[in-house]
Amino acid sequence: MKRYDLIIVGAGPAGLSAAIEAAKRGMNVVVFDENEKPGGQLFKQIHKFFGSKEHKARIRGFVIGQQLLDEADALGVQVILNATVIGLYQDKEITVKTGEEIQHFKGDAVIIATGAAENMVTFDGWTLPGVIGAGAAQTMMNLHGVKPGRKILMLGSGNVGLVVSYQLMQCGCEVVALVDAAPKVGGYGVHAAKIARTGVPFYLSHTIVRAEGEESVTGVVIAEVDEHFQFIPGTEKHFDVDTICLAVGLSPMSQLLKMAGCEMEDNPKRGGQVPVCDTWGETSLPGIYVAGDVSGIEEASSAMIEGRMAGVAVAEYLGYIEKGERDKELAHLQQALEGLRQGMFAPKNRGKQITETEEGIPVSVQLLKYGYVADDEIERYPGVTHKHGIHPVMECTQNIPCNPCQDVCPKKCISIGDNITSLPTIAEETECINCGMCVASCSGQAVFLVNEDCGDGTATVTLPYEFLPLPAIGTKGEGLGRNGKKVCEAEVIDVKSLKAFDKTNLLTIRVPKEYAMKARFFKKYA
Amino acid sequence: MEMRIDEHPILGVKEKGKLVTFTYDGKELQGYEGEPIAAALKASGVMVHRYTKKEHRPRGIFCAIGRCTDCVMVVDGVPNVRTCVTALKEGMQVCTQYGVSDKPFEDQ
Amino acid sequence: MNEVNDRSRDIGEYIPALDDDQIICRCEEITKGEIRRAVHDGMWTLTEIRRYLRTGMGLCQGQTCSRLVKGIVAKELGVVPDQLEPATSRVPMRPIEMYIFANEAKEADGHE
Repeated sequence: MKRYDLIIVGAGPAGLSAAIEAAKRGMNVVVFDENEKPGGQLFKQIHKFFGSKEHKARIRGFVIGQQLLDEADALGVQVILNATVIGLYQDKEITVKTGEEIQHFKGDAVIIATGAAENMVTFDGWTLPGVIGAGAAQTMMNLHGVKPGRKILMLGSGNVGLVVSYQLMQCGCEVVALVDAAPKVGGYGVHAAKIARTGVPFYLSHTIVRAEGEESVTGVVIAEVDEHFQFIPGTEKHFDVDTICLAVGLSPMSQLLKMAGCEMEDNPKRGGQVPVCDTWGETSLPGIYVAGDVSGIEEASSAMIEGRMAGVAVAEYLGYIEKGERDKELAHLQQALEGLRQGMFAPKNRGKQITETEEGIPVSVQLLKYGYVADDEIERYPGVTHKHGIHPVMECTQNIPCNPCQDVCPKKCISIGDNITSLPTIAEETECINCGMCVASCSGQAVFLVNEDCGDGTATVTLPYEFLPLPAIGTKGEGLGRNGKKVCEAEVIDVKSLKAFDKTNLLTIRVPKEYAMKARFFKKYA
Repeated sequence: MEMRIDEHPILGVKEKGKLVTFTYDGKELQGYEGEPIAAALKASGVMVHRYTKKEHRPRGIFCAIGRCTDCVMVVDGVPNVRTCVTALKEGMQVCTQYGVSDKPFEDQ
Repeated sequence: MNEVNDRSRDIGEYIPALDDDQIICRCEEITKGEIRRAVHDGMWTLTEIRRYLRTGMGLCQGQTCSRLVKGIVAKELGVVPDQLEPATSRVPMRPIEMYIFANEAKEADGHE
C-alpha cells in the first residue's frame, strides 16, 4: 500500500491551497479528485472575486484556479484526477476508485476538502427535463460552452442564484425572472443590482407552483407566499420558459468524515452536517483535517485560506515545522480569514435582520425587495457624491469585505480605510482622471464615472459592460435605470477595452443631463 | 447547433476537439470529441435522456457533474452511463434508456 | 435523541396532502406521500425509512433526496431536522459496479 505524508481529497480551492502550503514545507503530497478536471468549482466562476489583494480580489475565479494549479504543479504536488475516494478510515487509510480498480493509500495525515452538494426543492414537475441545478447551468455554459436553455427562470436569490443569472445572460440566454420564497434578496446587493438594471424582474416572497410540460419544461407558474411560505391563491404568474434553474443553497459533502468516525454536528449556520473541528481544521480524529465548504458553507475565498491553514497545521503535526512557525503563520491566515468573515453577510450574521450599515445608514428596502436601489435612496450612501467634471459614483450600499476600488485609484479619490467592510467614500480635493480603473475593478460592477453636466444639456455615464456584442461608438439606444426600465435616449460615445480592465469593457453613454444619476445601463435599439 | 456559445464575453472562443459523428437512437448527430455526451446532445436540442422504470417519466440533465445520475443512457449497449461525465467518441451509439433497457417499454 | 425516538409519543394520524404524489427520491421514484405514510407506519428513523422504502438507495445513493427526506420525516414527527440522527455513511461513497468494487489493485511487488 502506497504511503504519503499527506493525502488530500478534493482538488478545489481548499484542497489545492492546502497542498501548496504542505508541499512548500517539503511534504510528499497527493491530491485525489473524482472529476476529470481539477479546480473544483473555480473554473466555473467567471466573475471577479471580492476581498482584498491577499484574497485575490478582482481576479476572476477561473484565473485563480489556474494560478493554484500552476503553483501546486511547480511544487511537485501530485494531482490524481478521475479518482473517486470511496472510503476513509480512522487510521487515515483511503480507498480510491481509479479506472476499473480499487486502490488503497495511507497518509500520515489526511485533509478532506470535498466541498458541497447542491440543495434542491420540490414542486410539481420538478423531475422534468429542463429543471436543472444552478451548478449544472454553470457547468454547461462555462465549462462545456453550451447554453443551458433559451428562456430561463432562476429560483434562489443567494449569491449563487444571482451570479449564475448574470452568467446566463452573458452567454446569451434570456433570464425571465428571479424568484425567491424569502422576503429579501439573500446575496450581495451589488450582484442583484447588475441583473436588475438589465431588466430582469425580481419576485421575492414567491416560489414555484409547478413546472409545465409533458416531455420537458415548456413553462412555469410561480405564486406569492405568505410568512408561513404558503401560496396565496390568485397570485399565480405564468412564464414561458424551457429551463428552470434551482439555486437554493448548498450542503457540506461530509459523508467521508462521518464514515471515518469523526465527531459530527448538525449546524444550520454551517449549512448542515459538519465535522466538529478546531480553528485550523483538525477534526476529533488526530491527523484528519478539513478545509473549505465541507466544514461549513462559505465563499471560495474563505476556502482557500482554510486550506492554507490546514496545510500549515498538518506541517507542524508531522514535524515539518516548529510550533512557533506554525502559530505565526496561522495567526496571519486567521486574520485574513476574519477579514472575509466581516460585514453584513458574515456567517455570524446569518439569519439576522440588518437594517443599517456600519455607518448607520438605513439599508435600501428596494434593493432587498426588487434587486435595485431606488433613485431616492441612492443619494444617502457616502460613495454617491456630486462634483463638477468627471467623478466616480460608487453605488456600494452594503458592508461587504472588499476594497480593490481603493487600491486601483491612482489619484487616491476613493477611500475605504482600514476596515475592509466600510462603504467607499470620495475624497473632496482630489481630481479624477477618468482612467476607469475603479469601474473595471469593482467586482460588484457598482462604480460609474459620471460627468453630470457637459455644458450642452447632456451628461455622460461610463458603465461596466460584460456582454456581447459590444456596442460600437455611435450606437443609439435606451438608457436604462437601476430598475432596468427605460429612462431616456442614450448614445454610446466611447468604448474602452483595456487589458488592465480584464474583460470588463467600459461603455460611455451620453444622456440628457437630468438622467446623469438615473441611467445605469445601455440597451441598443432592437 | 444554436445552443453552442460561439464567443463568450469573458471566456472568449472555446477550444474544441475534433468534430465527430455519433448516433442518438440511431440518428446521426455531431459533437466535439472529448466533450460530455450530454453537452453534445444538449447542443443538438435533445432534452430527454431516459424514461424512469416505475412511472415511465422523462428525465434529462439535472446536476451535470455526475452526482444525480438522472442523465444516464444506454451507451454502446451499456445502461446507466452518466452522459454528463462521459466523454464523447467517434461512432458512439447513444440510446434513450427505458428503465434499464434501450428498448421502449412496449417492446420489453 | 431520546425524545425524538420515544415511540409512545402520539404523532397523530396520517392526513393526506395535495402534494403527496410529488416524487422525492428521483432514482427510486418514492413520493412524499409514501414517506409520510411510512412515518405513521412506525418508521421514525432515516435508516428505517431507507430500508422500508429504498429512498436514497438508488443509483445516486441519496445525493439529491437525503436532505429532502430528512425534512419530511422531521415535519411528520413534529421535530426540527437537526434532531434526527443522520443516516449511516458507508463505503462506497459513490455508486460503483460490483466487478470494480471487487477488483482491488495488486501491489507491484506481489505483496498481498
